[in-house]
Amino acid sequence: MSKVILEVKDLTTKYITRFHEDVYAVDHVSLKVEEGKSLGIAGESGCGKSTLALSLMGYYFAPLHFTSGDIIVDGQNISGMAPDDVRKSILGNEIAYIPQAAMNALNPTQRTINFIEDVIHAHDPKVSKKEIYELARDRFEILGLPADVLEKYPVELSGGMKQRTVIAVSVILSPKILIADEPSSALDVTSQKMVIKMLLDLMEKGMIKSMIFITHELPLLYNVTDDIMVMYAGQIVEKATAQEAVFDPLHPYSKGLMGSIIVPESGLRNVKLTAIPGVPPNLKKPPTGCQFAERCKYVIPECKTHPIDLREIEGDRAYRCIFSEEYLRKAYENG
Amino acid sequence: MKMADEICSCLRGEGLTKIFGVGRKLTLAVDHVNFDFSEGGIVSIVGESGSGKTTLAKMLLGLISTTEGEIYFMGKKRDISSQKKKKEYWKNIQAIFQDPYCSYNIFNKIDTVLLDCIKMRDGKKLTHEQKVAMMTEACSFVNLKFDELTNKYPFELSGGQMQRLMIARIFLLKPKVLLADEPTSMIDACSRATILDMLMKLRDEVGMTIIFITHDIGLAYYVSDRVYIMEHGKIIESGSADEVILHPKEAYTQRLINDVPKIHEAWDLSTVQYSLT
Repeated sequence: MSKVILEVKDLTTKYITRFHEDVYAVDHVSLKVEEGKSLGIAGESGCGKSTLALSLMGYYFAPLHFTSGDIIVDGQNISGMAPDDVRKSILGNEIAYIPQAAMNALNPTQRTINFIEDVIHAHDPKVSKKEIYELARDRFEILGLPADVLEKYPVELSGGMKQRTVIAVSVILSPKILIADEPSSALDVTSQKMVIKMLLDLMEKGMIKSMIFITHELPLLYNVTDDIMVMYAGQIVEKATAQEAVFDPLHPYSKGLMGSIIVPESGLRNVKLTAIPGVPPNLKKPPTGCQFAERCKYVIPECKTHPIDLREIEGDRAYRCIFSEEYLRKAYENG
Repeated sequence: MKMADEICSCLRGEGLTKIFGVGRKLTLAVDHVNFDFSEGGIVSIVGESGSGKTTLAKMLLGLISTTEGEIYFMGKKRDISSQKKKKEYWKNIQAIFQDPYCSYNIFNKIDTVLLDCIKMRDGKKLTHEQKVAMMTEACSFVNLKFDELTNKYPFELSGGQMQRLMIARIFLLKPKVLLADEPTSMIDACSRATILDMLMKLRDEVGMTIIFITHDIGLAYYVSDRVYIMEHGKIIESGSADEVILHPKEAYTQRLINDVPKIHEAWDLSTVQYSLT
């Protein structure tokens, strides 16, 4: 077993609304990312994917509040640290984060190289400009970005190029883990492929040791990550390898998600896509039982009365459902 | 005979060209495009960012002028020279845009949004009950419940629900042509399937011609009957969906197909060409 880079134990974080209601957007989430592995997080909008990303970075600014749990980055517990300390000592050199609109992070009045100087000087003010330039040039060369991007202003770059530039800059200090939150969903398929290639290159060339990739695009996760975790209403409902999650999902919600995959393959037009009816529960008043019960096809009365625990099964998989593996597989076979 | 009439009544374009800019800095956005959407059904226009898809859509809607070329609608040349004629034209062609969050007037309640549509279709003589019945029908067409939406504002809904409400509007307006410009790119994969299914329902039940614009050739393959591929302002390939996507003739089409991640076939990342701009 290789070294664990990031370990999260029972992390719970909440939003406090202006009417002082608690919304648990991340609800007892545990996960582990090993060196050289990538973890994908899937789920529909509003299920807590992005909040989980922010919580992992210790980015607790109101209305987001830390409740309980441990976040251990390479042996160091960061869960109790003040957000400002996390920013100074953890972000950038231990954890890097790429938001969806990463391209907007570039300052329109600054050349890329000045932006890189700012990033490095924030962590170590002693590095000289020449060293920074050489480091940046080498990095850009390895990642297939032309060196003249360094001298350009953001307006001179295309969307995909800006996104790749920001990614290259955010990992310039070789962080241990990269959290990519929908890094490609604002781009067209061609630029998306370049961004994905770049992320995989980062892993391969050792600039990052592991990656968490968040998206709702399942075909993308399947191609990029080793493991997939499906989230629903702040909870993990299924954990499996990418292969298992896509071709043999256990939780009815994951099954529904996999039924909505659209890829240009010859069989597609004969397949009837299954959309999940209904909307996710209101997390201000979460249901007592299974969070998914209202929308589930296979619901029985017990689902709504007892909270359901994450059930660990063979092969490092887990799912959160009242039914057994065999029952669910049979139910899916019969439609 | 009515059927035949309806079939030839649709949209056709000849030599459509749009040039942006003045003086020496000219950009050729759409380059002598010919198309014929008179067969009806769902027609997709696919291309990467900057290939001129949205410019073409805006010209079809009459939101921007054409530099050259003619659009024929319902058998005759389109005339949108005055505001009144434009409004008349928009009764027959409607659009759904990418961003549901800025498609609504934020001061109008959902009832008002839908009532306006009924008004536009000469529904002034209807009684209140008839209007409510129409709105309820439109909402149930898109799996929304009208009782739960009354007295709400559009921004209280989720992105997917807003986009569905947009389709409910279209259902009430019953235009001959619907232009859907990337209607699913801002909502998640799960609601996406619902939206696409509703577009197909509009085609089958209302008989609307739908022009579906996307950069994701997978979506185009799922919904459309015919596909047009656009590159640098030109239509380079067209044909039935099966023909174009399963047996592409152009290298560009092949590249668009390769760029979409797949699950049953391998997704080849080694061929990625980094663009240098």
